[in-house]
Amino acid sequence: MLDSKIPEGPLADKWTKYKDDIQLVNPANKRSIDVIVVGTGLAGSSAAASLAEMGYNVKALCFQDSPRRAHSIAAQGGINAAKNYQNDGDSVHRLFYDTVKGGDYRSREANVHRLAEVSTNIIDQCVAQGVPFAREYGGLLDNRSFGGVLVSRTFYAKGQTGQQLLLGAYSALSRQISKGKVDMLTRHEMMDVVMVDGKCRGIIARNLVTGELERHAAHAVVLATGGYGNVFFLSTNAMGSNVSAAWKAHKKGAHMANPCFTQIHPTCIPVSGEHQSKLTLMSESLRNDGRIWVPAKKEDAEAIRKGTKTALEIAEADRDYYLERRYPAFGNLVPRDVASRAAKERCDAGFGVNKTGEAVFLDFASAFKRYGKTEASIRGLSQPSTEEIVTLGKEVVKAKYGNLFDMYKQIAADNPYETPMKIYPAVHYTMGGLWVDYNLMTSVSGLYATGESNFSDHGANRLGASALMQGLADGYFVLPYTIGDYLANDIRTGAISSNSAEFEAAEKAVQERIDHLINNNGSKPVDDFHRRLGRIMWNECGMSRNEAGLKKAIADIRALREEFWKDVRVPGNATSYNPELDKAGRVADFLEQGELMCMDALAREESCGGHFREEHQTPEGEALRDDENFAFVSAWEFAGDPSESKLIKEDLVFENIELKQRSYK
Amino acid sequence: MNLTLKVWRQDGPEATGHMDTHALEGVSPDMSFLEMMDMLNDQIIRAGGEPVAFDHDCREGICGMCSMFINGEAHGPGRGVTTCQLHMRSFNDGDTIAIEPWRAQAFPVIKDLTVDRSAFDRVIQAGGYISVNTSGNTIDANAIPVPKEQADDAFSAATCIGCGACVASCKNASAMLFVSAKVSQFALLPQGQPERESRVQRMVEQMDKEGFGNCTNTGACAVECPKGIDLSNIARMNRDFMSAAVKSKK
Ligand SMILES: Cc1cc2nc3c(=O)[nH]c(=O)nc-3n(C[C@H](O)[C@H](O)[C@H](O)COP(=O)(O)OP(=O)(O)OC[C@H]3O[C@@H](n4cnc5c(N)ncnc54)[C@H](O)[C@@H]3O)c2cc1C
Ligand code: SF4
Ligand code: FES
Repeated sequence: MLDSKIPEGPLADKWTKYKDDIQLVNPANKRSIDVIVVGTGLAGSSAAASLAEMGYNVKALCFQDSPRRAHSIAAQGGINAAKNYQNDGDSVHRLFYDTVKGGDYRSREANVHRLAEVSTNIIDQCVAQGVPFAREYGGLLDNRSFGGVLVSRTFYAKGQTGQQLLLGAYSALSRQISKGKVDMLTRHEMMDVVMVDGKCRGIIARNLVTGELERHAAHAVVLATGGYGNVFFLSTNAMGSNVSAAWKAHKKGAHMANPCFTQIHPTCIPVSGEHQSKLTLMSESLRNDGRIWVPAKKEDAEAIRKGTKTALEIAEADRDYYLERRYPAFGNLVPRDVASRAAKERCDAGFGVNKTGEAVFLDFASAFKRYGKTEASIRGLSQPSTEEIVTLGKEVVKAKYGNLFDMYKQIAADNPYETPMKIYPAVHYTMGGLWVDYNLMTSVSGLYATGESNFSDHGANRLGASALMQGLADGYFVLPYTIGDYLANDIRTGAISSNSAEFEAAEKAVQERIDHLINNNGSKPVDDFHRRLGRIMWNECGMSRNEAGLKKAIADIRALREEFWKDVRVPGNATSYNPELDKAGRVADFLEQGELMCMDALAREESCGGHFREEHQTPEGEALRDDENFAFVSAWEFAGDPSESKLIKEDLVFENIELKQRSYK
Repeated sequence: MNLTLKVWRQDGPEATGHMDTHALEGVSPDMSFLEMMDMLNDQIIRAGGEPVAFDHDCREGICGMCSMFINGEAHGPGRGVTTCQLHMRSFNDGDTIAIEPWRAQAFPVIKDLTVDRSAFDRVIQAGGYISVNTSGNTIDANAIPVPKEQADDAFSAATCIGCGACVASCKNASAMLFVSAKVSQFALLPQGQPERESRVQRMVEQMDKEGFGNCTNTGACAVECPKGIDLSNIARMNRDFMSAAVKSKK
């Protein structure tokens, strides 16, 4: 049975009471306790720094050449916190409520409430570290709005919020490295976790430069290894983002929760051709000011696709601002899952606006006018011409989103100040991940999972600017408490030896797999398989799913996996720097994880958040939840092969929120 | 497009390297430079060879991992872009393109185009932080207002991605632009004041230890910097360093 270990008592008191009741480890004892943190993104860096400050001996790993380069660096738009600086009615309760509703009622109340509670501390902490958030003229912090909410609670640093937050956490980590409290292993990949007497007591890691396998023992291990969106090959994730660490943990007994809950982000730059290696996000913040549309008439859409007409030639009356039409209350700021499906619906119906028919417009013309008018009146211009107004408006937009517009121009070779951007949904984030209890411990004793690698807070759909919040909440304010409660029982254990039979066996298994890959001598490069897996996943387990498609996908993935092990070609050797080998190991795991995702999608006979089963929709085409039968977390237990995995249900109990059909109309 | 690529190959830090020539056909102008490299590697692997090793991750200009010296310029011909943001439409059919790693004593080659930039991390470890522990009760984020202009300047300095193009572009392999960006970020914020002097001293000392060269004010670093880090940061760091040196002598 799964025990989520949610503390008793009223929702708003649970976390405070929990902290008051847990066991503490005295400072002298902390010095004899070792903790391994795998990953140095927001979740990992913040955890490693905080644990080291508290006195634990920390070892941290990342596969990049520096902890500062973790995928968190790429986050653009912002981070939420219930500060209510704008005095627009925000509160801890409202952030909690928005997050549970936004997640389509598939997350745990207690976890989400704790997240909302600590959100305000995050901003204080980051400012103290010197994170240069955007400010207003009065010198106070500025906020913006994100999708799915009606308040302005998002803190940001232009379009580089993730970078600034990660550099803050990295500097805290660097300080502990300089003190010798963190042993930082860069260009190191975790290959497996090691279990001793039913507890996780370390890992096998590979030095990616020399190829050497290393044993690292510890009293507890924390995985902060990010999400697995790259199972789709094309996603907005960094190229190296992977599921391997989480998957290895899964195979050693950690349950994988809600693996099919994937976030498809509505505003990304469309695919340009076969050569495409990754997709680029255009931050959701653009939906504050951009309006999304397609032509209302099919012949116009066809003409645009053929290149005989441009967006500017479509009269206002012939445009279909379909989000504003379908969801008047939230308009362009509906949550991501809703916006993505609506774009797909229009494109599938034949209204797409690029060569491939898979793009819609994101248009700033109204924003240019609106801002231009305000600016003209600020500057006291009397009767400015439309042209003058638009020019002024463009300056304002440039100040807000300049770097995003430049990025778009660079990639699409098209000027978004003159013609509307073309965008299409792309895989972005995985709500699913390792199952954890309230303490962030997986179903394996002593093995924790934080940040995007766990499943905990976002239900079936994550709200914008909430992943950064969760990563830092986990690392700075939650894990440092909860892990102490576990480690308090280890103060007399003494150092864990890596000279045991368990470490020996784990290392041997890792070596055998590497040898197999290197000696396989197949004919196709790793990417060949990864691309094909991605295509299966996108077509059958992407924005909409159905029974027949999922069953076919499962069969296809199995066949592809078999072919991979027979025919993959990994050049070079295992005893020097070999990025192809690293990639091969990761794709091998994706080929298993993909199957489990499809099984999970097949088992969940309802639509909720990012999981849209075509068989379950309202007459208007909205997601149709089935709370009676599916208000649970799907936790999958590994049993030798992905196809044998067993489904365990953790029932979700809602005591503080009434379950409703989500409506943004 | 059809291209001729001259690529630096080097097996390891101690090995001697050489330029290899490859013909690559059917390159699309819409490809990014790294997608072109993917295509090259695919061709090499299918022909039974060893692919070119290069660093990359985000492929959108923010992680600072990609690092190619293309036709004699760090991050290639574009301004304000990283290697991964460079597109093949910046080149012409029939071009010959030379691709080399960053070259600097402090950045030894690991393999081919991959270099070791951990010296940058050690410079940050020497003092590139504000000494504040994690706690749930630091002062409220709005307790100290920061003038917008100052906050914006601190942000601009903080956008450095640690790629090392500045070092690779400098004839002395100086790291002044990188170090001064971090020093400036904190020097411009009220939170950075208490350690302002010791920070600059420790970071400069570490920078020298790592074997980066001296700054002779040629400004090549700022020209090639993909994030537009300004030379004024170096001036600010020099001032702070001088004033710290004077005070510590007293
Ligand atoms: C383009 C983009 C923009 C985004 N914008 C926003 C935003 O504006 N607001 C928001 O809230 N969220 C945003 N997100 C989501 C958010 O950035 C991520 O969910 C979050 O940063 C994940 O942080 P993390 O610490 O969990 O993992 P990551 O940052 O992915 O870090 C993973 C770490 O694990 C390491 N690692 C992984 N596997 C191994 C292994 N086997 N061995 C050793 N190390 C390993 C890596 O080296 C890395 O250090 C965005 C995401 C993308 C893709
Ligand atoms: S200063 Fe510019 S060139 Fe140098 S590391 Fe920073 S971003 Fe790269
Ligand atoms: S790959 Fe990240 S900056 Fe180029």
